[in-house]
Amino acid sequence: MTIDRNMKVLVVDDYKTMTRIIRNLLKQIEFNETDEASDGHEALAKLRAGNFGLVISDWNMQPMTGLDLLKEVRADARLKHLPFIMVTAESKTENVVAAKQAGVSNYIVKPFNAETLRDKIEKVLVHA
Amino acid sequence: MPDQAPPVAIRGDLDTTVQSLMSELDALSRIIADARQEVAALRADDSDVADIPGATDELAAIVSHTAQATHEILDSCEALETVAARVGDVDADVLQHAITRIYEACSFQDITGQRIAKVVAALQAVERRIARARQGIPDRIPAIAAAATLLNGPQLPGNGISQSAIDALFD
Repeated sequence: MTIDRNMKVLVVDDYKTMTRIIRNLLKQIEFNETDEASDGHEALAKLRAGNFGLVISDWNMQPMTGLDLLKEVRADARLKHLPFIMVTAESKTENVVAAKQAGVSNYIVKPFNAETLRDKIEKVLVHA
Repeated sequence: MPDQAPPVAIRGDLDTTVQSLMSELDALSRIIADARQEVAALRADDSDVADIPGATDELAAIVSHTAQATHEILDSCEALETVAARVGDVDADVLQHAITRIYEACSFQDITGQRIAKVVAALQAVERRIARARQGIPDRIPAIAAAATLLNGPQLPGNGISQSAIDALFD
């Protein structure tokens, strides 16, 4: 199955350096249509307004965390099937289990490398 | 029903217990009095107390400076990427690989930033508690149940699970 690399990807992180790094890494693997948000509320507004094909989100953000964003996405009739990858420093088993129960598509622990990011994106989009 | 005095043997046991309790209470009372004196002796200009707000400011400055430096590194990487697009295939690959490694390494800023934010929060909590103790106001601020909020990261080495263990949960 081929992956549509023209799809819009939303990168959500409250650290501007991190959104910039992820967007640059996405560009390297030919995902050029990217946008960013600095917390869950901003992300949700952008997702509802735009036509995104993938979300890559941090967990630890205020006031709306990545987990809350994921739950909102899964509760939204139009967005509920949107592929959602959590990229976070939260590496406790209970975090991964909570994210999986909330419907996360895949989970990447920071710090990560470009290969891991590409691998998870391809895995998620092939199964989308 | 009229009160009945306990038998002599039991009364003796009770006296011993009461004496022991009184002794414990007396020791506790001395500990509380000492603690009150210690708290009362705290002054905002004591170097160890006065340094706490300064320490949090210093840590916030570290986060800010590392963020600024990281952005400058990323500016340079983006400039190099435009050069990589113009050079030959082999050199472009070498350049691109090096740039990718720099991007990966720059994620340190996010991790260190989160770790420092946790330390700042802990220092601010200590600062608040000291201030309340000095005012004689009971500390009614509930401790943040980090585990309950699932906001515990970044984990120290060995405290979290590996990417491969996470992958196994998705297979």
